[in-house]
Amino acid sequence: MSVAVLEGVEVVYRGRGAALGPFDFSVADGEIVALVGPSGCGKSTALRLLAGLEAPTRGAVSRAAARGETSVVFQSATLAPWLSARANVSLPLELAGVARGEARTRATAALERVGLGAAAAARPAQLSGGMAMRAALARALVTGPRLLLLDEPFAALDEITRRALADDLLAIWADSRPAIVFVTHNVEEAVYMAQRVVVMTPGPGRLAGETYIAAPLPRPPGFRAAPAFREGAESVSAALAGAMAA
Amino acid sequence: MNVRAVIAPAALIGALLCAWEFSAHFAHVPEYLLPTPVAIGNALVANAPLLLVSAWRTLAMSLEALVVAAIAAIGLALIVSLSQTLDRAVRPIAVALQVTPVVAIAPLFVIWAGVDHPDRAIIALAAIVAFFPVFSGTARGLGSADPDLERLFDLYGANRLQRLLRLRVPSAVPFIVEGTKVASGLAIIGTVVAEWVAGSGGAQGLAWRILEAGNRLETAKMFAAILALALMAAAVHVAFLFLERRALRWWRGR
Repeated sequence: MSVAVLEGVEVVYRGRGAALGPFDFSVADGEIVALVGPSGCGKSTALRLLAGLEAPTRGAVSRAAARGETSVVFQSATLAPWLSARANVSLPLELAGVARGEARTRATAALERVGLGAAAAARPAQLSGGMAMRAALARALVTGPRLLLLDEPFAALDEITRRALADDLLAIWADSRPAIVFVTHNVEEAVYMAQRVVVMTPGPGRLAGETYIAAPLPRPPGFRAAPAFREGAESVSAALAGAMAA
Repeated sequence: MNVRAVIAPAALIGALLCAWEFSAHFAHVPEYLLPTPVAIGNALVANAPLLLVSAWRTLAMSLEALVVAAIAAIGLALIVSLSQTLDRAVRPIAVALQVTPVVAIAPLFVIWAGVDHPDRAIIALAAIVAFFPVFSGTARGLGSADPDLERLFDLYGANRLQRLLRLRVPSAVPFIVEGTKVASGLAIIGTVVAEWVAGSGGAQGLAWRILEAGNRLETAKMFAAILALALMAAAVHVAFLFLERRALRWWRGR
């Protein structure tokens, strides 16, 4: 069943022109989809539509995931600097009216899930980039989302950290199976993590192509060297090149 | 601290004072026009208890004005942040208060406070001068929360009060601290100007000491009072720099 659907959506910003569309997209329960495209193609706009943070100029958005069932992770960790990692993670629960004690307990568990149990009391300024992103991930997971949206979540991290986080994210997905839509402009990352890679044209973004990656999730060790990975990466790269040339 | 950072200015000041001392001696400048550094030093020592009491009066009035200004400015900025219409309505008045020279409105306040309470007029005037940086800093800080954090609060369905208390006010803390630091210097300037205009001995602050010594042509004592004022203002500046750094460390957690 679809968690969120975009039907012929277009987004036009006053003064800046068309940012997206017309664009059709849907994500099913438990599915991992990557949105790939050049800078300024409206990937992040599409993500905000899926989150319900923005309304389209034209077209329709339908969301089966209720408000509290959607979580977003941005490119920067976006932690409140004045709160500890634990308080940051428990914030969504506290805003939703969960008692503080229970919220903090669940936040501690979420931090342990992403390997940050020891840093629960640390402030964001004391965390490395990768640790801060893990805390942001814990904050997104603490509410037990049905739809998890990630906007270039690992773009600011080094290669080793981003691979470790990709594997962690897939392990987390295997636990609770949320639908995941993540935006990236890294083809390898998209192919490694997603079941389906959606390629978009330069702005205003439209659908340029779609590639299904035929390999079980979480990916087996050495998947980056497997034929399925190479084929997927080539197909996505070709679609991206075609979109840029058009 | 870097030794050169202490020695270099000390050497320059020492050289300038020596040049002043000797040129005043050899050019026979009368004492009431330009007293020598030694005479000023003597006046400072001789009047130390009086100047200390007066410096304390000026400092106390400045700090009272700062507290009044900060409470009023933060409160008003919080109220104004709830509605753009209110913000637009208040802004011109706040700006008008800021751009009107304090000297111009001081006599009015002296009349309102009454001859018996010049200190009230002085505190009110200094508070007006100190108000604006705290107000504009707070207002700017309340509107400067990370836009992605604002989006997350949308996503979590936060209500207006939660957004204000759990996002905007904490985001504004560095701006409020900075505004208060700037205001601390302005509060002293405001106090001195207001004391000056009030012109009565009722407040007994440092400005009054300068005025009084000037009227009696005790120029060395005037210099001593000015020196005391500069030292006090510098001490307040350093204290607020320190407080700002401590506050930011607390806010950021390191």
